[in-house]
Amino acid sequence: MLGFAASVIDGVLVGAVYGLAAMGITLIWGVMDVVNLTHGAMIVAGMFGLYLLTTALGIPVYAALLPIFAIGFFAGVFLYWIAVHRVIGRPPLMSLLSTFSVNLVLIGLGTALWGTRLFNVAVSLPGLSWGRYTFPGTHILAAILTAALAASLYFFLYSTRIGKAIRAVANNREAAELVGIPTTRVLSLSFGLGAALASASGMLIGTLFPFTVLSGDTYQLKSFIVTALGGLGSPTGALMGGIALGLIEGTVTPFVPVSWTLVIEFVLFVLVLIAFPSGIFARRRT
Amino acid sequence: MRIATFICSAAAALVIAGAAFAADGNTITIGMTVSQTGPLNVDSVAQMRGVEMWRDEVNAAGGIKAGDKRYMVRLVSYDDQSQGGRVQQLYTRLIVEDKANFLFGPYSSGLTGTAAVISEQYGKIMMVVGGAEPKTYELGNKYLFQVITSADHYLTGAIDALHSKNPHARVAFVYSDDPFSKAVVLAARGEAKESGFDIVLDESYPPSTTDFSPIINKIISAKADALLGGGHYPDGATLARQLYDQKADLKWATILVAPGDQEFASLGQAALGITVPSQWEPQAVYKPDFGLTGAEFSKAFQAKFDLSADYHSASGYTGGAILQHAIEKAGSIEPEKVAAALNGMDVTTFFGRVKFATDAKHHGLQIAHEMVLAQWQTKGGKLQREIVWPLAAKTADLLYPLH
Repeated sequence: MLGFAASVIDGVLVGAVYGLAAMGITLIWGVMDVVNLTHGAMIVAGMFGLYLLTTALGIPVYAALLPIFAIGFFAGVFLYWIAVHRVIGRPPLMSLLSTFSVNLVLIGLGTALWGTRLFNVAVSLPGLSWGRYTFPGTHILAAILTAALAASLYFFLYSTRIGKAIRAVANNREAAELVGIPTTRVLSLSFGLGAALASASGMLIGTLFPFTVLSGDTYQLKSFIVTALGGLGSPTGALMGGIALGLIEGTVTPFVPVSWTLVIEFVLFVLVLIAFPSGIFARRRT
Repeated sequence: MRIATFICSAAAALVIAGAAFAADGNTITIGMTVSQTGPLNVDSVAQMRGVEMWRDEVNAAGGIKAGDKRYMVRLVSYDDQSQGGRVQQLYTRLIVEDKANFLFGPYSSGLTGTAAVISEQYGKIMMVVGGAEPKTYELGNKYLFQVITSADHYLTGAIDALHSKNPHARVAFVYSDDPFSKAVVLAARGEAKESGFDIVLDESYPPSTTDFSPIINKIISAKADALLGGGHYPDGATLARQLYDQKADLKWATILVAPGDQEFASLGQAALGITVPSQWEPQAVYKPDFGLTGAEFSKAFQAKFDLSADYHSASGYTGGAILQHAIEKAGSIEPEKVAAALNGMDVTTFFGRVKFATDAKHHGLQIAHEMVLAQWQTKGGKLQREIVWPLAAKTADLLYPLH
């Protein structure tokens, strides 16, 4: 019984971080109807940012979170202007292709620079023991930081002017334009924010698991699943979706061979989509 | 118009014909693929370094002597990206376009199996230096030669060593879902049962897994005190690290491949006590019939690459050394003659004894080479691998339990 509970709790902890990654996708998707396929590359950027800052510059591990968030933001804004700006409002395939190509370029650059070997950032934190089980300190801290970031995002979107502007543009771009919101600037900001969230989640994932330049794909896939589970455009939904995914993983694994987890995950995912086509926590768009 | 087309075709024909004569009469071409990218990268490049070192040594000495001719070695390699599909294309290219005389296998059983199909199709000798799965040799072949010990013997030493410390161990088999690891565990399962162990968990995981916490929780729930498993470098190293983080409290952990790599030392405390079945360790003291001794090989490798040699590099080098010996014995580079020389070989190099099975049902399988069990221990504050089994070859006592 303890084993089951331990598995579920650990699943939730890690799932929260997946939720953070998904927040980045859902924000961009919700605001500008763009499927951001550079998401994986930004997650990897966060991971490598962590590696470079901690090993090359010797910065303490968790202190790298804010710089990576900031760098991710500026990178996102930059990416917006080169890859996304021209394809907003065009058929979705254009933005898909555009971001996909940029992703290939970024991953190709990364592979050229660092190859595909495994990188590991050694983080040792005392874990929390419960009977014979241990919750690694890294999992706990990553979940706490995720919650903090999510709370900050929520506060930003609902209590600041810029946040409200973002939500306005997400709701109805033309109407937002009519009331004087500089929508292009808001779009670039949102993209930057989405990328920043991706990088931050990458950094946190980097404290948990080893990574390679190609790791982005797995987490990008998980982000899309979580986004679909949680509903487009809803950051809270994304976080909840992440936790839900972690919950599914944690509940299923004690009972079935580990290799079945993904299968069951996807089956449940399909079932959820059939029952809730817009995601469990979807908001209605006007 | 027709004349133009004719001239173009004639020119093309000449170019193609010319290419057929491009190979120098006194060079042999050896083809192989390396996983420069992809998850098999670490071990594959190590293997390649061994081959390159052999090539440079041979060429510096004037080439391979076959009869009254001397052949320089030209190595042609491509990046297979750790993918079977690429292996298929590239080995065909190596044979058809690059006119390879001999082939070396890629790294990993999965890719070797794919390459073997192509090499047999074209009747080219392939030295297998990085593929341990025995099934590849049971499909009927004439030109495959496995230099390393096959997968079904990988965990024999570990099980014997564990038995000597804990005859009633509760064993968890946790291994990667790939042909090599599955072949290893298939044989090990039977040996574990025969040794009187209790198999409390037996699960495979997808090779790309990075989150082992669910499976580690299962190991803890099953109250296992020994772990046997792993796969290749990325998953093995990650598993080791997370076992340590989650305090899985194992008294014994044997992980395949990953701890055999020098890079495993970067895990720090998490590496301590982990055992690995190894094809060769620098401290092994086989007396070679020809060629370098183990110490000479290690020293030369370190000098050339500024890296410690591990068993992947040693096996790559040995593949070359054995092929060279066979060519010299046959006095020719003709495939049939070289194959005959290889089939009749029973030699010891610094890598250990090498003898190939010659019956049709297992042709090419390595039947004489033995593995050692190495363990990460601290010596003078530094983490390094010591040979702990078999007792006759040991350089240090077995550390048990591992913490």
